[in-house]
Formats: sequence, C-alpha cells, structure tokens
Amino acid sequence: MKTELILPKSPEVENELTTIEKTVFSDYKYGFVTEIEADEAPKGLNEDVIRFISARKKEPQWMLDWRLKAYRQWLTMKSPDWANIHYPAINYQDIIYYSAPKQKINPKNLDEIDPELIRTFERLGISLEEQKRLTGVAVDAVIDSVSIGTSFKGQLAELGIIFCSMSEAIQEHPELIREHLGSVVPISDNYFSALNAAVFSDGSFCYIPKGVRCPMELSTYFRINAINTGQFERTLIVAEAGSYVSYLEGCTAPMRDENQLHAAVVELVALENAEIKYSTVQNWYPGDKQGRGGVYNFVTKRGICKGNHSKISWTQVETGSAITWKYPSVILKGDYSTGEFYSVAVTNNYQQADTGTKMMHLGKNTRSRIVSKGISAGFSNNSYRGLVHVSKNASHARNFSQCDSLLLGDKCGAHTFPYIEVRNNTAVVEHEATTSKIGEDQIFYCNQRGIDTETAVALIINGFAKEVMNQLPMEFAVEAQKLLAISLEGSVG
Amino acid sequence: MLTIQNLHAGIEGKKILNGINLEIKAGEVHAIMGPNGSGKSTLASVLAGRKDYEVLEGSVEFLGKDLLELSPEHRAALGLFLAFQYPIEIPGLNTINFIKTAVNEIRKSRGESPLDAVTFLKRMKEKMALVNIEQTLLSRSLNEGFSGGEKKRNEVFQMAMLEPRLAILDETDSGLDIDAIRIVSNGVNKLRNKDNAVLVVTHYQRLLDYIVPDYVHVLYNGRIVKSGTKELAFELEERGYDFIKNENTVETV
Repeated sequence: MKTELILPKSPEVENELTTIEKTVFSDYKYGFVTEIEADEAPKGLNEDVIRFISARKKEPQWMLDWRLKAYRQWLTMKSPDWANIHYPAINYQDIIYYSAPKQKINPKNLDEIDPELIRTFERLGISLEEQKRLTGVAVDAVIDSVSIGTSFKGQLAELGIIFCSMSEAIQEHPELIREHLGSVVPISDNYFSALNAAVFSDGSFCYIPKGVRCPMELSTYFRINAINTGQFERTLIVAEAGSYVSYLEGCTAPMRDENQLHAAVVELVALENAEIKYSTVQNWYPGDKQGRGGVYNFVTKRGICKGNHSKISWTQVETGSAITWKYPSVILKGDYSTGEFYSVAVTNNYQQADTGTKMMHLGKNTRSRIVSKGISAGFSNNSYRGLVHVSKNASHARNFSQCDSLLLGDKCGAHTFPYIEVRNNTAVVEHEATTSKIGEDQIFYCNQRGIDTETAVALIINGFAKEVMNQLPMEFAVEAQKLLAISLEGSVG
Repeated sequence: MLTIQNLHAGIEGKKILNGINLEIKAGEVHAIMGPNGSGKSTLASVLAGRKDYEVLEGSVEFLGKDLLELSPEHRAALGLFLAFQYPIEIPGLNTINFIKTAVNEIRKSRGESPLDAVTFLKRMKEKMALVNIEQTLLSRSLNEGFSGGEKKRNEVFQMAMLEPRLAILDETDSGLDIDAIRIVSNGVNKLRNKDNAVLVVTHYQRLLDYIVPDYVHVLYNGRIVKSGTKELAFELEERGYDFIKNENTVETV
C-alpha cells in the first residue's frame, strides 16, 4: 500500500485549540468509492438470505446446513456488553449481507477481472499482476464480499501450498474445510462469530503441507465498497507439522456517513513444530472528526497450537475503525508451544478500541508473551483487555505481559483490564504496565533540532511502538509507520 | 549575527527579563553569568522559541531575520542551536535516527537534498571523533538512561552534526564532574570558527576556564548589569554575586 503524507490544515479551528489538545486533521486517504455494478442480496437477515448467499456461491448442502445452524444459534444469542465501548444498537435488518461486484464468475486469470476493480486495488497500492513479483508477496484480495483474485497461485501450488479464496476452498478442498472450519472458533463461540458463520461471504484459505516453509509472505487485502454493506470474511490457515507461514492482512474502506459492520473470523491451526505468523494492518475508515460514520469492527481471531513445540504469533497495528472489538488469542494445547501477541492500537477523535488477547495455557512448559502499546488522542478511548489462563495441567507455564499506554492530550482515555487465572502453582506470570504522555518538552526538543511537530510526533510514537513494529515483515513495517503518523497527524502541536 | 534590543519577557504572567541588550558577532564567544533566578535560562529559552515564554517588548535579530517571528524549527534551520540544560529522553527513538532526521529536516528547509546514508555515516564518524563520543551510546534510545555527562556529550555531538551559526549552551556544566566538563568543552572548542558564535550561559566561572569567552555579561534581575572581558568572570568567582547585588541595590535606590 502506498502512503504519502498530506498535511491538511484548518487554521480557524486550530487557533481554538491549545498545543497538545489539538485533535486530528488527518484525512482518510483510502476513502474513495469504486463505481462497480454489484450483485446484492436483499437487505436484511433471514434464512432465505442465507440460502441466497449459499446458492450464489454454489455451496454443497453441508455448508448451507452449517450456516443455518449458526444462524439459528445466533438468534438465541445477545450482543456482548462487557467491553468498554459504546454505540447505538445495530439494526441487523438494515444491512446487506452479500454484495459481489458483477463480473464474470470465477476468473481463471487476471485478464478476466473487471478493470475497474483492478484499478481499485492499484489505488490501494496492491498489485495483482504477477509480473510485479519483486515484492514477493502473494495477494488474495477481497472486495465487499467476494475474493477477486489470488496471485502467485501456480508457484505456491508447486510446493503443495494451497492459497485461495474460501469459496474456492469449499468447492475444491471440502475435506480440509470440513475438518478445520469452526474447529478453533466454534459457531457458538460468541455473537459475532455466530453471525459470521451464518453469512460469511468469502475470505482466504491457506494450507501449508508438512515440512514446507512458505517462501513468500501470503497476504489478503479486504475492502468494503458498496453502501450499507457488511463484510463478513472468514480466514482459515492450517500449518501441518514442521511447516512455516507468514501471513499479512490489510484493510481499508470508503468514507461513508453511516456505520459499516465488519465481523470477521480468523482461525489458525498449527500442528507439531509448525509456526504461523499473522500480521494485520487494520485501517478501516475510522469515521470523521465528529465521530460520524466509520466501521464497526467486531472480529474473532484465534489460533490453536495443537502440536508440541508449535508457535503462533499475532502482530497487529490497529489505526482504523470507529469501534474495534478484537482479541487475537492463542490456545496453547501442545507442550512447549508458544503464543505471542504484539499490538499497537491507535485511537483518535471519537474512535473506541477494546482490544487485547487471550493466552490459554493448557500444555506443559507453554510460553506466552504479550506486548500491547495503546496510543490515544483526541476524545478517543483505548482499552487493553487481556486474559492469561494457566490450567491445572499446564505445569511450568510462563507468561510475560507488558501494556504501555501513551496519551496525546487530556481528553482521551487509556484503560487496562488484565485478567490472570492461574490454576497451577509452577506457573510464572509477569505483568508490567505504564502510562505516559507525549510531553511538550519532547516536542520542543525535536523542534529545536529543526524537526517540525508532525514529524516529532511521528518519531515519538514510532519509538513508543518500536517493539511491536519490529515484529512486522519489512515492507509492512514501513507502511505501518507511515500509517501511525497519518492517523495522528495534527493531534499535537 | 545576533542583536537583542530591549528584550522584555516572562512566563505565566511573571516578568523575568527586563530589557536585555546584547550584540554577538561571528567568531565571538559570549558568556552570560548570574545568580539563580536572574533570568539566564529564560533568555536561552526565549531565543530558542519555547512556547511557554511570552515576549512582552523588544526585538531580536538573527542573521538579518526577525527571530521572534520564527517557529523554533525555523530558528534551528537558520542556524540557532540550544544545548539543553536537561536534555530530553525519548524512549524507543534511536539517537542516530533522531539526528539523521534533524540533519535532513534542516537541509530540506534550506532546499537541500537529504544526505545519503554513506555521506551521513562519514560525517558522523568524523564528528564522533571530534567530540569524543562512542557509537554504542548513539545506538541507544535518545538520552534514555544516559548519565549526566553522556547527555551533555550527546548535546555537543548534535551541535557538531548540525553545524549551527550560533550555539547557546545552557548550564552545560551543571551536574558534571571536572573530567566531563573538560571533554564537553574540548568538543565545543573544536567546533569554534570565525563564522560561528557561542553563547555560554553558566552560573560558575569554572566552565570558562575551558571555553574562554571574549566577553562576559552579568545578568541580574533580568537585566545585564555589567559587561567585561574574561577577567570579570574571575572577579565574580572571587567576590561572589553579592557585590553585584549590592551595587545594583544601591543603583536602584
């Protein structure tokens, strides 16, 4: 994704605000809408809509049954209210659950894809053209509800790696999907995962065979385009014994006055000695400076370290969305397995984020590490919520958690909710937390060295977030750094 | 180079500077001395453009420009450097990165292209030797966990890298032992040339043993009450600030 710094200024407003209180005037630069004809389901949610989605995707009966089961389950559930976020009740009958760009079905190669769509992704800086293999990143792109094209497929297939859209996987690899789909995040797990299971329209599937080290970063870009559309994608990654994969996920959406719903589910399965590294740069539209519009991001991400000595690492840079509700978690089932969670969450204006992780230590000698960096500006609220659970049999489990908050201004909030449940007395659990403010002193020091305030803030927050940024793959890290700077543009100085 | 005329300034409604007049030419070293609370650090802060300070009256011209009109970063770009009394820590921000950003931001505002990595590294090595600073220190987060001496050496190193026209050293000797003062002063002396100037702000004369001033000014109650050559510093050292206070009490009566 290409990013450039724009410095929009609004002098009359700026004068009203004192130095550190200045709220952000960064403009969301991914807010364009693409004119593409869409094939949409009727608004609202009922069993017929689910049948419509399933039929459009030519799904087998077992898949439809699974969806309907999820839907019936969802009807009995209630929206969770324990998070530190506030929003008006969502009218689930006012959402379009399926919107596909009208195009030839199942493009066999990129020439068959609507050029307007390709242009959309080019504006996002994502090239689907295989010629641009220099970047070494294989991309699966999902716009609104369907997957548009997956690059590098052939090259990956030679290694036995499957990387395709979820729809395709259901057709082509039903045995793998039936075995693993819902195995980490069951239908009944929570309100949003049940909703996702009922209506998910696409997503990515990735399978790394035994002993294979995936030679390139696999990547998915999600974009909501159509109006009143929810996006419900489902990602499943299975890493067989001794395999390795690094997976990147990026998201953007157009600027809309109304709120858009995004309820995704990501499941990771790591078998013995396998390692999955999952990185996200989430930049859904955060709403405007008054808090109008923006994406409601309710996401369930969970991985299971099923085999001994397996490892799952989540890294996330969260700058977008009006509301973020997201707890990428690891179930440490295998002995000597490792779970990691590295997070930078930025909130500005009226954004609200309640994010963190769950580390469930079930196996012996399991390790987990949590590094969470929250940055709040404007009138936003940023909460870290994390659970470290050590079960009775998880002898010698170890956890280290560090939660740091950085405040810009005095009208924003930072909150930390660490939960620790230890049922085995050989466990060692450590938790550290700090809260700091960007000081006028730090800004002035940078100014005196010739560095303007915007750049100074970028330097300071990137310093604050460095430990997490270092976990990102190189090309993603550069993008994420710029994104941090853009998200907080104008918030100080 | 720098002309201060009748400068009155204060902070939070409290007036501290009561009409400063000072002229500094290229190639000169000036020292401002004075007891605690006389306004030494306020003068340094006002010149650098710290926001909390309010200029009430007077003018400051620097290299032909109205200094008080400029933002702190523009003053820096123009060639004004302040070595802080208490250098600020920025956790996680690599010192070299910080200095590289500063060098290139200043170049940018002068319409110059950024230094490439090789040139930057070459200049860095050169200046490191000049001010006697180790790379291990520069690879750490900016000033974080640095000792007092390390912080001050880092200030002088930044000065070396930015090559300012006017360097203001604000109590650079405070908190340093004699060895550290010698190292820091040697660095400053090596950077002196006929085109730049140094303004040393200090409470004690001992720093002036190493950075020898052409002129010494005594600040008291926000005003320069006495100016002279380096001998004035010795006199102050010997007699203490009390004689200045006494003289001025008499004058104002």
